[in-house]
Amino acid sequence: MSDTAAISSPRRRRLSAARQAGIALVVAWAALAAFGPYLAPYRAGDVVNVGVFAPMSAAHPFGTDYLGRDMLSRLLYGARYTVGVAMVATVLACMGGIALGILSAVRKGWTDSVLGRAADALISIPHLMFALVVVAAFGTSLPVLILMAAISYVPGSYRFARALALDINAMDFVEVARARGEKTAYVVWEEILPNMIVPLLTDFGLRFVFVVLLLSGLSFLGLGIQPPNADWGALVRENITGIYEAAPAVLVPAIAIAMLTISITLLIDGFSGRSRTMVR
Amino acid sequence: MLMLGLIARRVLGGLLTLLIVSVIVFAGTNILPGDATEAILGQSTSPEAVAGLRKALGLDLPAHERYLRWLAGLLSGDPGVSLINRLPVAQLIGPRLANSLLLTALTAAVAVPLALLIGITTAIWRGSLYDRVANVTAVSLVAVPEFLLATVGVILFAVQLRWVSAMATPSVGSFTQALQNFTLPVLTLSFAVTAQMARMTRAALLGVLDSSYIEMARLKGVRPARLVLHHALRNAAGPIANAVALNLSSLLGGVIIVEVIFSYPGLAKLAVDAVETRDMPLVQACAMIFCATFMLLVLVADICSILSNPRLRTR
Repeated sequence: MSDTAAISSPRRRRLSAARQAGIALVVAWAALAAFGPYLAPYRAGDVVNVGVFAPMSAAHPFGTDYLGRDMLSRLLYGARYTVGVAMVATVLACMGGIALGILSAVRKGWTDSVLGRAADALISIPHLMFALVVVAAFGTSLPVLILMAAISYVPGSYRFARALALDINAMDFVEVARARGEKTAYVVWEEILPNMIVPLLTDFGLRFVFVVLLLSGLSFLGLGIQPPNADWGALVRENITGIYEAAPAVLVPAIAIAMLTISITLLIDGFSGRSRTMVR
Repeated sequence: MLMLGLIARRVLGGLLTLLIVSVIVFAGTNILPGDATEAILGQSTSPEAVAGLRKALGLDLPAHERYLRWLAGLLSGDPGVSLINRLPVAQLIGPRLANSLLLTALTAAVAVPLALLIGITTAIWRGSLYDRVANVTAVSLVAVPEFLLATVGVILFAVQLRWVSAMATPSVGSFTQALQNFTLPVLTLSFAVTAQMARMTRAALLGVLDSSYIEMARLKGVRPARLVLHHALRNAAGPIANAVALNLSSLLGGVIIVEVIFSYPGLAKLAVDAVETRDMPLVQACAMIFCATFMLLVLVADICSILSNPRLRTR
């Protein structure tokens, strides 16, 4: 990041505006997940009186679905699953990955080799294929979906955290802390972990995007969240026949997912400064 | 010689990883009680019938023996019999695998040249409006779910314009027919792969462009296009090949969604159907083929970087 100083101030201000917009966006998504159902004009199961695959109108901004239910309400109810479930799974994946990664970096030796080999193996199974195998074996339920997505993304998080921790572990201030006679727990908690936070956050965001795509992809295949509940991927699936009428019911949930994932990806891109270093 | 050793170690490591993957897949699909007999006979059958079938299917053996049998079968090209229609899994997979390979090969044929073109041109005109727009587009496209691209494509080109069909069949009878069948699935698959590949190609080129011999050439007055094409491209070839192979491996996820959307009779569609019917032997075999292909591509990517990186030769 040596070029940060070289950036003229108007450029930097623009970037920070982008960051503010990004943060506002993340808060908005979180709020949507938390309060979506309370904002919905109808209940998720209510059939309204304008027929199936109705086009957009003032009363039903996103039209109606294949059973004639208000799409906006379906979408608001689904936010909880798409954003919420992915969030829980990502938190679990990252916590597991960080813990194991630090363990690997600090203990080294056979702990490191065994964990590394296990991560190699898990990472060699394409995520969606892993999901299919898990669903085939355990069926599909909320805990299974969450655990599956979490386990699937632990190895990536593990590798990232391990590399970070190895770097920091080799730094002078860690050496000094050890020389002071601090215990490993103190070194990890007070010296290593605080220095990992910022890169870990961007990694978390990226992984969240992947988990959203994985879970909605699985729901789209009909193997994720099961009816009568529906996340946005399931909404696309159940309304897929509306494609021949170009109904908003099939497009809107897919666009909602894309807006969620794209906004977070662009936010991370701004934060990590990758696009800037790539542009320059 | 050192490099050969490194590659040999990488290949051996890959094989070991594949072995662990096979244990995970086998254990994962066998961990729950209630085995194939239930799926075949239903719940209300006589214990004798169940015992007979268990013996016939080899389910009375201990787990590790069943694993070894399964692994041996897999390696000799006989991964068992489908629980649903009693056909050999190999026979079910054969034509489907060919169809999937056709789809992915076509996608690669579109995506790779396009990605190289975009990656190289953005590197030549780096910092330009074109470069920045391409970058933001690429970052966004990577995050777009395949089914959005596919539905938009179908609505636009199949429903509104009626240029192509919304269903894909693996027939390439004539050129127009092939175009009709493959345009949408191939385009859908290409978007994300091309975006990511172009980004990595550009990054690889920029990495080389920062070196001092390029600075030298620049100072001598070499124009940007010649700088990239003549001076940098050759040294970036390794990392670019790495990027291409790595990103082709990400096709394997997208192909699952795309085959289902377009009802394309490929291996991924077969796998999804097998999951719905809980046809374990079929799920296992499909999963192993996917993992093996994935690992092969990552292996190729790694070998490309080993071959191209002189620093790796001494490690």
